[in-house]
Amino acid sequence: MKSVTEFKTIMTGNDAVAYGAKLARVKFISAYPITPQTTIVEKLASMIANDELDAKYVEVESEHSALAAVFASELTGVRSYTATSSHGLLYMHEMLHWVSGQRLPIVMSVVNRAIGPPWNIWADQSDTINQRDTGWMQVYSESNQEAMDTIIMGYKIAENSEVMLPLMSMEDAFILSHTSEPVTLRDQDLINEYLPDLDLKFRIDIGNPMGYGSYDTPDGTFMELKKDMVDSMKKAVRVIKDETEKFNQMFDTNYGGLVERYRMDDADYALIAMGTVASTARFVVDKLREKGLNIGLIRIRYFRPFPYDDILEDLKNIKAAGVIDRSVSFGYAGATYSEIVSALYGKINIPVSSFIVGIGGRDVRIEDIEKIADTVRNESSGVYWINVKKVI
Amino acid sequence: MYEIRFHGRGGQGAVTASRILAAAAFAEGKYVVSFPFFGTERRGAPVTAFTRIDDSEIYLKSQIYNPDIVVVLDTYVLRTSNVTEGLKDNGIVIINSPKDPSEFNIDANVATVDAVSIAVKHGLGSRANPVINTSMLGAFAKVTGLVSLESVLEATRTNVPGKIKENMDAVREAYDSVKMLKKMEVR
Repeated sequence: MKSVTEFKTIMTGNDAVAYGAKLARVKFISAYPITPQTTIVEKLASMIANDELDAKYVEVESEHSALAAVFASELTGVRSYTATSSHGLLYMHEMLHWVSGQRLPIVMSVVNRAIGPPWNIWADQSDTINQRDTGWMQVYSESNQEAMDTIIMGYKIAENSEVMLPLMSMEDAFILSHTSEPVTLRDQDLINEYLPDLDLKFRIDIGNPMGYGSYDTPDGTFMELKKDMVDSMKKAVRVIKDETEKFNQMFDTNYGGLVERYRMDDADYALIAMGTVASTARFVVDKLREKGLNIGLIRIRYFRPFPYDDILEDLKNIKAAGVIDRSVSFGYAGATYSEIVSALYGKINIPVSSFIVGIGGRDVRIEDIEKIADTVRNESSGVYWINVKKVI
Repeated sequence: MYEIRFHGRGGQGAVTASRILAAAAFAEGKYVVSFPFFGTERRGAPVTAFTRIDDSEIYLKSQIYNPDIVVVLDTYVLRTSNVTEGLKDNGIVIINSPKDPSEFNIDANVATVDAVSIAVKHGLGSRANPVINTSMLGAFAKVTGLVSLESVLEATRTNVPGKIKENMDAVREAYDSVKMLKKMEVR
């Protein structure tokens, strides 16, 4: 039997993500190293400087250029990577569409931070929720280990010929990015077995010249190309489930596919959340179970593609659900809430409430989740802001 | 689950202390989490850092509101923050001070260690700007028994950026010299 060299240590989320990119054997990295940039690219730069990682690192003058550089390198068939956060991500917005439209399977890490004004560098998922319609898959992690493993699974899923869409992998600012916790560094040989080298079918190759990024007309194939992206997002659902299961078997992990369920089997009530809020909710679910409340948790891992079918299956015997969002759509409710009620419409008729928490990094406490659970138990529906001060 | 809250000022190493403690407990086979609360980062401003230690995986991601142990790196913080806020009954407060624990009017089990003198003696920073975090962890090991002296020494060795021997000596001296009114037990 082949020896497996796994190494367990404690490290921050940002270091874990950098090791994830290293394990995925990325060959090109481009980044703009100023706030709100993170220590992910700093760590990768030092790995390259110390000859621990064989990759080209290009420092550019903006996030827009960083993703443009990664776009270009990926188009030559080289596995490419970048990381950003908050305003940096917003500055990339145009290039996000170009990467997905060009069907480049790039993986990017995003540390979820608030969008100003006022200036705020703390945890808030508004930055990535803002990018919902850019054609990128979106994954939200609840631990440093998951953040690391998701980079590796991310490339495997994105590069699948049925998918060929980029993927952004999220960690909540500070709560994962600067928090140290146990992480197992995967065995490189096993990762190589799981994730083969990138073999990009359509790429810039001087021996085989082709045109990219060309012009298209209303009567051309523009509309068909956009529909194909939607079809690929749908196909990604199966690919995500299969590849996650393969990873679980190879590395003895237990990740859900698009969602992860906790104590849902006999639950009457359900909490639904993403990222580290879900982790705290899991802790609270145990507490509430001890008090006799039959409550469970659905943790959304993938926001795009959204797990509509899983949600319908999971909520069919539930009396009421509460959807917790660390972002808000001004004029309506939380983003996940909108997706959930849309999934249920015409099929399952239960009260569902939207809870807005942790905006701008406000701490999400045990008592906040308990309050949410209490409201859900009363089978009410509405939009509630939790732990918000009265300032007017 | 044990919850530890560090209070210090920017530049004193409270964040590093929380991480070294986590590394020490991790080496003993525990699940750990350590994280800082970043306010406005600047030298001298109050800093809070947290460590959780448990026998099983830790899911709770909130800040620590009901600590078992509070570590105070700077008595200045006693004037600006209520360091014992939410401290559990029979909780422990470890203060960097040359004074005797009885001189502090704090409703908790108080221990003191003269970490400044220890740090200066071992060449860790200056008297005006001493690096006291490792000394505080030596005291922590003795007072709480939550981690062994050996684990703290090893975690110090692998986590401090420099002056490894000096830091390890400071850990030992603080372990031997910390003052407490009575034998304490965590919970």
